Amino acid sequence: MGSAIHLRSAMALLGRFPALAGVDLDVSQGEIVLVEGPNGAGKTSLLRACAGLLRLSAGSGTVLGVDLSKGGRPRGVGFLGHSAGLYDDLNPRENVEFRARLWGIPPAGAAAALERVGLEGRLQNVTVAQLSAGQRRRVGLAALAVVRPRLWLLDEPHAGLDASAREQLDSVLGEAAAEGAAILLASHEIEHVGRIVSRSVCIDRGRIALEPAELTTDSVHVA
Amino acid sequence: MLNAIGILGLGGLAGTVALGLGSTPPDRVQGELVRMIYIHPPLAWTTYLAFAVTGLFSALYLWRQQPRHDQIAASSAEVGVVLCSLTLVTGSLWGRPTWGVWWTWDARLTTTALLLALFAGYLALRRVVPEPVTRARRGALLALVAVADIPLVHFSVKLWRTLHQQPTLLRPDPQIAGVQAWTLLLGFASLTLVYVWLTGRRARVEGLAQLAEGRALDLAVASR
Amino acid sequence: MLREAYVVAAKDLRVEARSHVARTQVVPFALVVVVLFGLALDPDRGLLTRAAPGLLWVTVLLTTLLATQRSLALESADRAVDQLRLSGVDPAAVFLGKAAALSIQLLLVVSALALGVVVLYGAVLASPLLLVASALLATAGLALAGTLYGAVAAGLRVRETLVPLLVLPVVAPVLLGATRAWEAGVGLAVSDGWPWVRLLVAFTVVFGAAGVLAFGPLLEEA
Repeated sequence: MGSAIHLRSAMALLGRFPALAGVDLDVSQGEIVLVEGPNGAGKTSLLRACAGLLRLSAGSGTVLGVDLSKGGRPRGVGFLGHSAGLYDDLNPRENVEFRARLWGIPPAGAAAALERVGLEGRLQNVTVAQLSAGQRRRVGLAALAVVRPRLWLLDEPHAGLDASAREQLDSVLGEAAAEGAAILLASHEIEHVGRIVSRSVCIDRGRIALEPAELTTDSVHVA
Repeated sequence: MLNAIGILGLGGLAGTVALGLGSTPPDRVQGELVRMIYIHPPLAWTTYLAFAVTGLFSALYLWRQQPRHDQIAASSAEVGVVLCSLTLVTGSLWGRPTWGVWWTWDARLTTTALLLALFAGYLALRRVVPEPVTRARRGALLALVAVADIPLVHFSVKLWRTLHQQPTLLRPDPQIAGVQAWTLLLGFASLTLVYVWLTGRRARVEGLAQLAEGRALDLAVASR
Repeated sequence: MLREAYVVAAKDLRVEARSHVARTQVVPFALVVVVLFGLALDPDRGLLTRAAPGLLWVTVLLTTLLATQRSLALESADRAVDQLRLSGVDPAAVFLGKAAALSIQLLLVVSALALGVVVLYGAVLASPLLLVASALLATAGLALAGTLYGAVAAGLRVRETLVPLLVLPVVAPVLLGATRAWEAGVGLAVSDGWPWVRLLVAFTVVFGAAGVLAFGPLLEEA
C-alpha cells in the first residue's frame, strides 16, 4: 500500500514553542493509526502538521506525495479537530453541503451522511449553534464522509460520543480504511479505540516516545 | 562605515542649522520664517525616501525571503514615521504665522498625514505578531498595499483640493541662490545621511534581536 | 474560480439571511449614527443637507468596519478557515466571494441610509445614475479593502482595534470619491461627479488585484 504520511525529524513551532521536536512517523494507506500521549505532548500539532496547517520548521515530511517542508499543501486531506469548522448559523445539512461544494463534490449525499453518523432528521434542521459538542463533531465527521479524503486526520473523535455514536464512528472509519484511505487519529481513550486501530504510536514532549506496537484486543499499553 | 555616515550626517545637520540660522538672509515676504525651508523640504524628501525603501525591501523580502530585507523595511518605516511626524510639525509651524491656522487641508499636508497613518498602522501590526516569519510576510504585504494606495490617496486629495482652489501653502521664494542654495543642499544631503545611519543602526539591532530569538528557540527545543 | 467564489459568497449571504445580523444590528447601527450626527450638528436644515453626503459615507465607513469584523469572525469562530484551506479552494475565490457578500450587505446599508438622509436631512436625489454607480463602486472598494485587511490581522488577539486603524486611512480615497460624487448626485456641487467615479474604479481595481494576489499567503497563516 502507498505511503500517506512520511515524517523524519519533523519540527514545528507554535510561536516560539517547539510543539514538535523531531518526529518520525510513517502511515500507509489502509491503516488506522492511533497517536496517544499526555496533554500537551503534541498530538494536535502532529495532526495539524500532517494536514499542512502547521508549517514544519525543520526536518522532512511528505504527505500524499506532497513535500511539506516547502510549505506545500497536500490535496485530499480531511481534518476534524476539536473545532469542527462549522458555521453556527447554518444547520448541519447546509454545513455539510457547503463543505462538499468547496471540495467540488455534488452536495446530494449530505443528508445520508448525517444519518450514518447518527444525526436523525429532526436534528438536521436546527442551527449548529444549538448542538452539543459531540453532535457538532458528528457533523464534521459527516462532512468528511461526504468528501471522502484519502487521508483522515482526527483529533479525539470519540470524545463526547455515547456508545452507539462510537460504533457509528468506528464503522465509518473502518469503511474508509477498507476503501484505501489512511487514518491517523489522536485519542486518550485507548480502551474504546483499540478495536479499529491497527497500530499505535506514542508521542511525548514533541517526540515519538516508544516504538510503534501492534495493538491487539487484549494487549495492555505500558505508559 | 555606518558610523562614518552618521557622523557626516549629523555634522552636516549641525552645519545646516548654523548656516540656516546665522548666515543666510531672511526672506522679503516670509521674514525669518523662510529658514524653515532648510529643514521642512529635506524632512519631506527623506520621509518619502524612507517609505519608498520600506516598500522596496518589502517587495524584496516577499521575493527572496531574506530576513535582512524585512529588518531593513521595518527599520526604515520606523525612521520614516518619525521623519513624517516632523514633516507635519514643521509644516504646521511654517504655516501658522503665515496663514493664522495650525493646519490647512492643503493637498500635500493631507496626503502626508494619511501616509503617516498608513505606516503607523504597519508598525502597529508588526508589534502584535509574535512569530517572526508571519510578522515579516504580513508586514511586507501591508507595506506593499500601503504603497499601492499612495497614488490613489495622492490623486484623490489633489483632485479634491484643486476643486476648492486652495493656494498651496508652501511656496518658497523661487530666487534661491548663493549661500541659501548651498544651505538647502547641505540640508538635503545631511538629512539623507542621517536617515541612512539611523535605519542602518535600527536594522542591525533588529537583526541581533531576531538572532537572540533564534538562540532562545534552540535552547527551548533542546530542553524539551 | 468564479464558481468557488460564488459558493463562498452564497454561504456568507445565507448565514446573513439566517442570522439577520445585517437587518437587526448593522443597518440600525447606521441609522442611529445618522440620527446622532443630526443631534451633534446644529439641526439647522441647511447645514445637514449640505453635509448629508459626507455624513452618509462616513457612516458607511464605520459600518464597514463592523460588517468586516463579522465577515471574518465567521471563519475564525469554529476554525472554519482550516477547512477552507484544506478543501483546496482557490484563496482568491475566498477573497472575492467574501468581499462580494460584504459589498451586498453594504449596499443594503447605503440604500437604507440614502432613505434616511432624504428623510432626515432633506437631500434630493438629482442624478440617480451617478449615485448608483458611485455607490456600487464605493461599496465594492470598501468590501475589498476590508476583507484584505481583515485577513492581514487575522488570528491576532487585538484584531478588533487593529483593523480600524489599518483600514480607515487606506480607504480615504473612497470616502473622498463617494462623497464628492454624491454631492454632485444630490445637486449640491457644481462640479462634475464622474471623475470621482473613475477614481473609485481605480481603487476597486487596485484592491481587487491586491487581494487576489495576497490572499493565498494570508490564508496560509490564518
